Amino acid sequence: MTFEGALSIALPELILSIGALALLALGAFLGNKSTRLIASGAGLVLVVAAAAAVLGPRGAAFHGGFVQDAAAVYSKVVIYLISAVGILLGEPWLKRVKNSRFEYPVLILLAALGMGMMASAGDLISSYIGVELQSLALYVMAAFQRDDSKASEAGLKYFILGALSSGILLYGASLIYGFAGSTRFVDISAAVHAGAGTGVIFGVVFLMCGIAFKASAAPFHMWTPDVYEGAPTPVVAFMTAAPKMAALVLFARVLENGFPGAVKQWSQVLIAIAIISMVWGAFAGLAQKNLKRLWAYSSIANVGYALVGLSTGTQEGVQSMLVFMTLYLIDVTGFFACLTALSRDGRPMEKFEDMAGLMKERPGIALCMTAFALSGLGLPPFSGFWGKVYVFKAAADANLGWLAALGLLSSVVAAFYYLRLIKTMWFDPPAGRTDAAPMDARGVAFAAAAFSFPVVLPALALLDPLSRAAASAFGLN
Amino acid sequence: MSVGLPAYLTVAAILFTIGVFGIFVNRRNVIVIMMAIELILLAVNINLVAFSSYLHEVTGQVFAMFVLTVAAAEAAVGLAILVTFFRNRGDIAVDNANMMKG
Repeated sequence: MTFEGALSIALPELILSIGALALLALGAFLGNKSTRLIASGAGLVLVVAAAAAVLGPRGAAFHGGFVQDAAAVYSKVVIYLISAVGILLGEPWLKRVKNSRFEYPVLILLAALGMGMMASAGDLISSYIGVELQSLALYVMAAFQRDDSKASEAGLKYFILGALSSGILLYGASLIYGFAGSTRFVDISAAVHAGAGTGVIFGVVFLMCGIAFKASAAPFHMWTPDVYEGAPTPVVAFMTAAPKMAALVLFARVLENGFPGAVKQWSQVLIAIAIISMVWGAFAGLAQKNLKRLWAYSSIANVGYALVGLSTGTQEGVQSMLVFMTLYLIDVTGFFACLTALSRDGRPMEKFEDMAGLMKERPGIALCMTAFALSGLGLPPFSGFWGKVYVFKAAADANLGWLAALGLLSSVVAAFYYLRLIKTMWFDPPAGRTDAAPMDARGVAFAAAAFSFPVVLPALALLDPLSRAAASAFGLN
Repeated sequence: MSVGLPAYLTVAAILFTIGVFGIFVNRRNVIVIMMAIELILLAVNINLVAFSSYLHEVTGQVFAMFVLTVAAAEAAVGLAILVTFFRNRGDIAVDNANMMKG
């Protein structure tokens, strides 16, 4: 393949990287007054990159290091668009707290670039670069409120545990390279097929631990509640959404492209991670008083459900993971948009007792949060229910019915905290007046709630064939 | 006399273990944790270069270059976050990073 051909395959990433650098230079010249301009520019760049991913050529570029197939395009469109929503939520919020800086949208662009690399990784080196680009941007975003000691503690904790997980991931990658003789997934797959031995299996377990850290799956979740509690709410809205999708797609890339010959070995590890995540996410959430912490545990449980789909090792399983994550991303962004919209006397409302009687005070936002809670619970006809249907059906079809049953049981336990939130909002005596809710956060919340029900029903008719085409790119049966 | 591949892998494994223990056992100073992280990355680099030389294949050395570059960027970001933490607390002791628990 010619160099120009390779560049045209990587066009969405080129648009993102050049866009990020150009906007950074522009911001450095114009200063923080230009934040709104830079933010709109960054949003535009993300939408253009998503369009370029859909319309551009497909194939493998750079000697197989970068793969643009249906799965990559599907996840990139989701990731880029949800990142644009992250800018829409974050920029006005930072202006309200008088910390408006042009770096914020640029950091989101760089994180999205890293996530795009993760979704198209065809090589251990390109997956590592993608993971690091995403993580480094997220560390800075977590500590973006420089004067807030909670935010800087969150950033520090995220950095240390994230760097440790990158180290574990790399150690695994070095073992795989040594024992399989290549860093490219296709060659690794051939080496595993020819019997590369236990060294490679050892390496892939390390690698999976590293990616599980990034996806915040238990038992590698310990950073999640602390970081979510300390980081600014719009940053959390971004961190819970797109990076999880990217980490799960990277899981699929590494395991299905690199180790199709070792399904038995890695699916055991994935099933163990999925069970611990679902159960721990449900039980540890019961004791939480802070809603951001609670939603951190809820996200751990949800990653567990997505991993149930992935652990089947079938095309249906990958498809169920993609659909589940797409629906979950919209829900969780909407929930954190609600939290961004709410404040009382200028202070954010993050605790259960702050939400008391919200139904009388702010019926619109309370209804949205009710919809997200019911969706998290998995109640039909909300979107969370459809995601779980896909995942549990894939598990049942792969003779993992017991795993689906365990998932159902843990979501019954988790129902307690979702219902407690609804009870607090609807039936407790009001806790006081709230400040006026800003347009942007309210708009995102209403749009996401409308998606959760009823837009999800027609949307599924569209998502189903798209996600099936995406999953078939892995060449499974 | 030449040193074989297992010797390099053993050294790297020992360094990696020391690095991981340095993060979890150390209760005093965040700077020491950053040194432990660096140790982990260097262990990986020894692994990569040893394998690369053993396999007579250059990819491992290219990978090691990428790891070195990213490690520098990571240290820069980490130190910047540490500076904001210090400005807020006036201290970088690990035990003081405890505002959030549960």
